[in-house]
Amino acid sequence: MMEVQLLQFLQTQLGSQWLWVEPVWPLVWALMQIVAILAPLVAAVAYLPYFERKVIAYMHVRIGPNRVGPAGLLQPIADALKLVFKEVIIPTKASKALYILGPILGLAPALIAWAVIPFDAGLVLADIDAGVLYLLAISSLGVYGIIISGWASNSKYAFLGAMRATAQMISYEISMGVALIVVLMVSNSLNLSAIVAGQGQGMFADMGLGFLSWNWLPLLPMFFVFLISGVAETNRSPFDVVEGESEIVAGHMVEYSGMAFALFFLAEYANMILISAAVSTFFLGGWLSPVGFLPDGIWWLMAKISAILFLFLWFRATFPRYRYDQIMRLGWKVFLPMCFLWIVVVGVWMLSPLNIWK
Amino acid sequence: MGAMKDFVKSFFLLELFKGLTVTGRYFFARKITIQYPDEKTPMGFRFRGLHALRRYPNGEERCISCKLCEAVCPALAITIEGTEREDANGQKSRRTTRYDIDLTKCIFCGFCEEACPVDAIVETHIFEYHGETRGDLLYTKQMLLANGDRYESEIAKNRALDAPYR
Repeated sequence: MMEVQLLQFLQTQLGSQWLWVEPVWPLVWALMQIVAILAPLVAAVAYLPYFERKVIAYMHVRIGPNRVGPAGLLQPIADALKLVFKEVIIPTKASKALYILGPILGLAPALIAWAVIPFDAGLVLADIDAGVLYLLAISSLGVYGIIISGWASNSKYAFLGAMRATAQMISYEISMGVALIVVLMVSNSLNLSAIVAGQGQGMFADMGLGFLSWNWLPLLPMFFVFLISGVAETNRSPFDVVEGESEIVAGHMVEYSGMAFALFFLAEYANMILISAAVSTFFLGGWLSPVGFLPDGIWWLMAKISAILFLFLWFRATFPRYRYDQIMRLGWKVFLPMCFLWIVVVGVWMLSPLNIWK
Repeated sequence: MGAMKDFVKSFFLLELFKGLTVTGRYFFARKITIQYPDEKTPMGFRFRGLHALRRYPNGEERCISCKLCEAVCPALAITIEGTEREDANGQKSRRTTRYDIDLTKCIFCGFCEEACPVDAIVETHIFEYHGETRGDLLYTKQMLLANGDRYESEIAKNRALDAPYR
């Protein structure tokens, strides 16, 4: 609707020099939508490290960054400037093309996955029916950026980090995927908008207590599995053996500097926001309002994403790093059997007279 | 039974939630950061900072070139050379011609001021000093005497505060 209206507005109100836009209008419109999603996203990615430092500092009974601008609010800009002006050093024995490609491949999937995240009823860039599959496929692409950069650096620490990252991300992708199967069973759709809309129905939603009908309550174990796997998937503390600054300095990023390093940094935080958005969409009812008397809207999605992001930071301030074999044990021996068990449990539940997802 | 208890504890993440409540509580705790250049912590009168050589009220330097400080210095940061000359009272006395402290070696242990029989070498409360080259931190006798002249009132005050405990 808006697409056609805007085109007509341009042509009628602004005159005939805008006639050229008609044949390429779908492309221009798509670009405008992409910018409208990515610009706030990149701003959020820039400010997430600031909030991370603040939150962790507060939990350490410190103040955190407060020197650059009021309350340190210009700190991300100072950090970005510093990184931009630093030299990008390419090691002599590195594979140059792959070395450059690595960080780009790391960041790109975290951004393009946003195409299928529904921000509001009907407000989604690509309302495709295979949205969940697209999200899983794209998020598993992220590991290529890490393994390519680790391999291309030609450094043992980078390589070790890349190996750890690959094993860890692949393990946890499986439990994430299987946890999503349960969500698909109850929502009967692969379309993310439909999954969110489905969470707004049921006994509690009719009573005006929408937040009790979201997937997190009936699928509580899967909610925790998905959330914790998400933390592991983004290589965040306490699953940050990939970065492992006390053992392998910075893993796959060890040889990178300047903007190339900044891209990894952005990728990590963009992935965090993406995982938070996924958790909000699958388990916390996306744009839906928690109580009946408040209107639904994109601000609810933002609030839910922010809450999950705060959890990420909270985890980092609280938990010590898992040992590598403990991470593998958790992924394969705890989460995966739990997911399979819960598929059976929910399957039986859905076939029983107590089915709440009719 | 114990294994069962452990399983329940870890499976329901009980201890992790307990940890989260601890950090969550500290999130709202009063912050204890001292913002250094703007705010400063209180400082004791025994603080051991930049060195100074003191004088007597008549202007004669206190140091008698006994080299006890040089001997006791664990970092070998002090170098002293002495000679015989007439002091301010017209009497023959032993005085230094060279008194160097290498602040890049000094560990600020305070042994030199403990060793000094005439309270000549002291460590002041000054800690905000710097050198832009390495040589700036090699303090000579003139620089140490200048420190003493500049901060004498504060040094004397801190000595007086410390006196009851000696």
